[in-house]
Amino acid sequence: MNALLPLPVLLPMLAAGVKIVVGPRHPVVQRVISVLVLSTVVVVGAVLLVTADRHGPQTTQIGGWPAPVGITLIVDRLSGAMLTISAAVTLCVMIYAIAQDMADREPVTPLSVFHPTFLLLVSGVADSFLAGDLFNLFVGFEIMLTASYVLITLGGTPARIRAGMTYIMVALMSSMLFLVAIAVLYAATGTVNLAQLAVRVRDLPDGVARIAEVMLLVAFGVKAAVFPLSMWLPDSYPTAPAPVTAVFAGLLTKIGIYGMLRTETLLFPGHALRVPLLIFAFASMLVGVFGAMVQVDLNRLLSFTLVSHIGYMIFGLAMSTRSALGATLFYVLHHITIQTSLFLVAGLIERRGGSTSLRRLGGLARSSPLIGALFFVPAMNLGGIPPLSGFLGKLGLVDAGLSLGGPLVCAVVATALLTSLLTLYSLVKAWNQVFWRAPRDAFRTDEPAVDVPEEDAADWPVGTARLAPGMVGATVALIALSLAYTVAGGPLVRLTDRAADEMSQPARYIDTVRPASNGDTRWIVPG
Amino acid sequence: MSADQTPPILLTLCGGVLVSCGVLLMLERSLTRLVVGTVLIGNGANLLILSTGGKPRHAPILDGSHGGGPFSDPLPQAMILTAIVITLASSAFVFSISYRSGRITGDDEVRDDIEDRRVTHVDQRLRTEVREQRREFRAWSRRQRRTIRQARRDLRARIREDRRRRATDDPTRVEDYPEHPEARDGGPDEPPERGLGA
Repeated sequence: MNALLPLPVLLPMLAAGVKIVVGPRHPVVQRVISVLVLSTVVVVGAVLLVTADRHGPQTTQIGGWPAPVGITLIVDRLSGAMLTISAAVTLCVMIYAIAQDMADREPVTPLSVFHPTFLLLVSGVADSFLAGDLFNLFVGFEIMLTASYVLITLGGTPARIRAGMTYIMVALMSSMLFLVAIAVLYAATGTVNLAQLAVRVRDLPDGVARIAEVMLLVAFGVKAAVFPLSMWLPDSYPTAPAPVTAVFAGLLTKIGIYGMLRTETLLFPGHALRVPLLIFAFASMLVGVFGAMVQVDLNRLLSFTLVSHIGYMIFGLAMSTRSALGATLFYVLHHITIQTSLFLVAGLIERRGGSTSLRRLGGLARSSPLIGALFFVPAMNLGGIPPLSGFLGKLGLVDAGLSLGGPLVCAVVATALLTSLLTLYSLVKAWNQVFWRAPRDAFRTDEPAVDVPEEDAADWPVGTARLAPGMVGATVALIALSLAYTVAGGPLVRLTDRAADEMSQPARYIDTVRPASNGDTRWIVPG
Repeated sequence: MSADQTPPILLTLCGGVLVSCGVLLMLERSLTRLVVGTVLIGNGANLLILSTGGKPRHAPILDGSHGGGPFSDPLPQAMILTAIVITLASSAFVFSISYRSGRITGDDEVRDDIEDRRVTHVDQRLRTEVREQRREFRAWSRRQRRTIRQARRDLRARIREDRRRRATDDPTRVEDYPEHPEARDGGPDEPPERGLGA
């Protein structure tokens, strides 16, 4: 029993309600509440992580009902680490958004909608991480997704409505699939509690277990944007405001990955689907990075690299050995931070350069060297340049792959290295175009730069703006966090390895949730 | 828990039919049909969850008044209550968004992605450019070959002419060949400029 557990879900949700009551007329109160609540969530997340690390998984049964009846909240090392990092990232994004809002009251991002919705999103994210119950995981996803529907169509401009429609449709489809998967599992086992499911799924016929596993993987795969299911992502993310895109790209896809990690290790341990997962990892890496190479818009380029780097996480999940799981968790944490900071920097570039189109930008290294430095560090990190955390994560995955061996695994390892190189290529190309070439080269394009309809062209920002210190500060803080992964690399890798230990031994998780009375027949598989 | 957990075939079938109708609608390009499709799929999924509760005709779970007999499983009912609320909220939101989209665009077609079109457009432009350059190069090399052939023919004719003249004329006479205009001016000209920036 741990009273802190419901806080990361409850606090942002309550704060969102308070904000709606406070209304848009007191922006200062709104900002103070946002920052206070998110800082508290970071602290609570860190405390939970440390407790779970020292004393094993912590649970709370909501309403005091014992495990299979009541709703279980549980934090172990995996969810604790994810919760802490995602709370820290959302805090930075919130500060960035506040600074941007203060610098220019952009009419398309109304403060009164953004703040409560963003907090609901954080609440949904926390609920997904802490859920010890498959249906509660679904509810957490839905809270997060419904908030994200509002955020991605913020302001209702034509481009955002068009992009948002794609996003919402795809997300709804995957939610429905998730719901049907829950129905299948409940019909087969009579429970939705993850720990009890873990006990009962062992006794299911192989075919039934595979059906449920594949349905869950597809539902999570849509959210994580694994290759054949990733087509919606580059279409829908880049049009949203910079802070929204940043938190979506950094965080929301990783929740799909978290869902996969949780269900694959707890409910369906073993390697039944290793080969298909390896193939999807392979395809995600290559297709994503090839897509990134031809993009002419910075945000879209980053979205495509996101797809390719999801491939690394699927690769780790496919191997599912102890070291691979540890490396995957490290990679997920690293990637949340890096992808978010890259999108925040893209937002800064857009403010300074007036566009995110690589055709129109140029010469920013001279006009704002600070942005140059801010882009360079995470870009190199994503490409996997040695001292940075991207290198450590890739090293861990490659190491796990080589120690596992096998022709397919080795092929994916080779692809991972190639993808890393091509990521570096596309980011360096973007860097050259945005920062190093002379500005007049940027505008000397004889081709029609766009063949967009009028209403979308009108949406493009023009002019340059002063960089608000808060925006730069939030970005710097995120990049510092990513550098801290390198500085504290040893302890962090040991932590993710311990988390991997926990993931590969689900018994500990099950024992924590199982009620004390061992004679409880509900934990025994019915006849 | 209820005595028999086997899902009733009728509910399962209904759920399946609803989901497949929804999928069919979602393949359309009209937003309204997409939205109706998601609603149908949502309802189908809810029916499927309800069907996991087992056979109908059992008492609901009410403070012990079912008389100790078998009662129906309350958990699926609780779950679909939640799921119905979620589906309702999502549908309402999607309806309002598609209304907004209709107000903006004037119809309810799903639009293509502009950036995708731009990338394919660039690709096609490059292709046509390369094709044009290839055609130009071929025409140039044809012209070139024709000029060379012509020059060679002229040269041969001149040599033949010369030999004939030498045979008939005074062999000791030495005379420079007159400058042949084609030999100098009809030579190969510069190829058209290559490269994509042409």
